[in-house]
Amino acid sequence: MAKVLVLAEISGDTVKSVTYEILGKLTGHDVDVAAVGEVPAAAVTELAKYGAANVHSIKGLDNYSPEGYTNALKEFIGSNYDFVFGGATSLGKDLLPRLAGAFEAGLASDVTNFVMDGDNFSGTRPMFSGKCLAKVEISGPKPHFVSIRPNALGMPEAPTAGAGATNEVTGNAGNIRAAIKEIIKGASEKLDLTEANIIVSGGRAMKSAENFKILEELADVLGATVGASRAAVDSGYAAPSMQVGQTGKTVAPTLYIACGISGAIQHLAGMRTSKVIVAINTDADAPIFTKADYGIVGDLFQIVPILKDELKKVLG
Amino acid sequence: MNIFVCIKQVPDTETKITPKADGSFIETTSIKWIMNPYDEFAVEQALLTKQANSGSTVTVVRVGGVKDTEALRTALAMGADEAILVEGDDNLDSFMTAKAIKGAIEKSGKTPDVVFTGKQAIDDDCLQVPQLVAQMMDLPHVSVVVECNEEGGKYTLKREIEGGAMEVYEVNAPVVIACNKGLNTPRYASLPGIMKAKRKPLTQHSLADVGVSEDDRRVKYSGFQLPPEKPAGKKFDAMEEANQASIVADVVKLLREEAKVI
Ligand SMILES: Cc1cc2nc3c(=O)[nH]c(=O)nc-3n(C[C@H](O)[C@H](O)[C@H](O)COP(=O)(O)OP(=O)(O)OC[C@H]3O[C@@H](n4cnc5c(N)ncnc54)[C@H](O)[C@@H]3O)c2cc1C
Repeated sequence: MAKVLVLAEISGDTVKSVTYEILGKLTGHDVDVAAVGEVPAAAVTELAKYGAANVHSIKGLDNYSPEGYTNALKEFIGSNYDFVFGGATSLGKDLLPRLAGAFEAGLASDVTNFVMDGDNFSGTRPMFSGKCLAKVEISGPKPHFVSIRPNALGMPEAPTAGAGATNEVTGNAGNIRAAIKEIIKGASEKLDLTEANIIVSGGRAMKSAENFKILEELADVLGATVGASRAAVDSGYAAPSMQVGQTGKTVAPTLYIACGISGAIQHLAGMRTSKVIVAINTDADAPIFTKADYGIVGDLFQIVPILKDELKKVLG
Repeated sequence: MNIFVCIKQVPDTETKITPKADGSFIETTSIKWIMNPYDEFAVEQALLTKQANSGSTVTVVRVGGVKDTEALRTALAMGADEAILVEGDDNLDSFMTAKAIKGAIEKSGKTPDVVFTGKQAIDDDCLQVPQLVAQMMDLPHVSVVVECNEEGGKYTLKREIEGGAMEVYEVNAPVVIACNKGLNTPRYASLPGIMKAKRKPLTQHSLADVGVSEDDRRVKYSGFQLPPEKPAGKKFDAMEEANQASIVADVVKLLREEAKVI
């Protein structure tokens, strides 16, 4: 049986849900979790519920830095694990390639599904912006690294609990040349698009930044994050960090609501792995309707407020 | 200053992708190739850095097929000074690509002060090469960079993280910088630029020349296939105000009871 380490990201008491998604998929394997920094007791309990045998917290590193985390984790991982999994989050995407490089090992990145049969990993990942899927396998020295796209596996329904023994490790960051001087808070306290479970997106049809308010209001009812098409970003209606698509963010929510978005191929590239798509568009022939599970042919300025009120009623 | 830029040639964003019959890769014969869109920001940043530091040279490095050197010519036409092509298959993995880039830079005899790359290639979407190049060359890196200021070899870089938040890094050269959209506005290649590009040096190496072999492959792709088509969705006409409330109520009910997503 493979020895697996799952790297978790924890802020406050909250563990990123992609960690639980990975743990759920690894039920039946020998799985530990490691996080840089403090792991609060509540998180340990939760991680154990999803199968963590040991929960290691790596202390002594302040801010994130790719070099510092790589050095400390390399030392910790050593030859103890066959596989190291992490989320394809903004930290995971930055760190995991560097860490894999430090072991001269392979990394299968942004995997959306996988099977672990004994010591054999076989994954699926979208390529060419999701225009096709490919099977991915890893060879070369161990440990093998895998990053998982958030929301792609889904939350496990009946995970097998692990022991959840805690362990503290002193990490050695080594020489950090690229160091964080400052962190500038984002405008939004909501989940990032890449991790959001529900996304409400607006396109060129929104006509102004001001009008995005109606999407914000709908998003608030749903606990959703607001996204945008490139046309909306280029027209200055939405921030660049909100862009979904080939040159924006790749998202995998369970629900994507596209308002006044035509569904250009580059936009679809970023959101086609959404589980359920709702489109609101005045043009009954808009390409977005070919991808939508539920299409509403109508004026978004009329439909969105009604939708908000209806959801408020239903969701209480 | 020795400025390096890594670029990749990728299928145009509009291209329809067709898997090969045996699923080993995609059909590459009738594809229109372009410079990876994120790499355009990297080339532009390299040129801006050169302008600010007289006596600098910009060397573009590409690992890929030889048939078509369009992306390299474009970079030269934009203003890069020389180009290096490492001939490789189209389906190399990130580890081989990064090792080839490292080998090509070393073979150039120039010690890099900065290496610019795009944050991601839009074909394999692996997001690995910049970090791997940095690790292999023992350099620091900063990825997803949306703001880059350089003074006397000291870089202040803004990197985009979740929710529109930014991390601000300070780092001394040499450094690997992976560029995101928004960093700058890439210039177009001018006609004189295109003419000049034809006379600029283009060095060619094989993978073996730069120390890369099949043993360096870490990740193997196979079974390329189109994603499963979704069954046609349900469409409702809500152009008439009178219907809107009941249609929206129906859709909400479907989201709850059929799709079970809310
Ligand atoms: C290299 C490259 C990369 C790109 N990357 C991206 C990317 O990452 N993301 C991205 O989104 N695009 C990207 N694009 C741009 C893409 O091709 C489209 O131009 C863009 O997605 C269009 O945005 P839109 O759907 O908001 O606007 P439009 O195509 O203008 O569509 C607006 C839609 O709104 C509808 N509408 C109008 N009024 C109303 C109303 N009152 N109520 C309801 N509907 C209404 C219209 O019927 C229309 O369908 C890229 C393009 C290129 C060339």
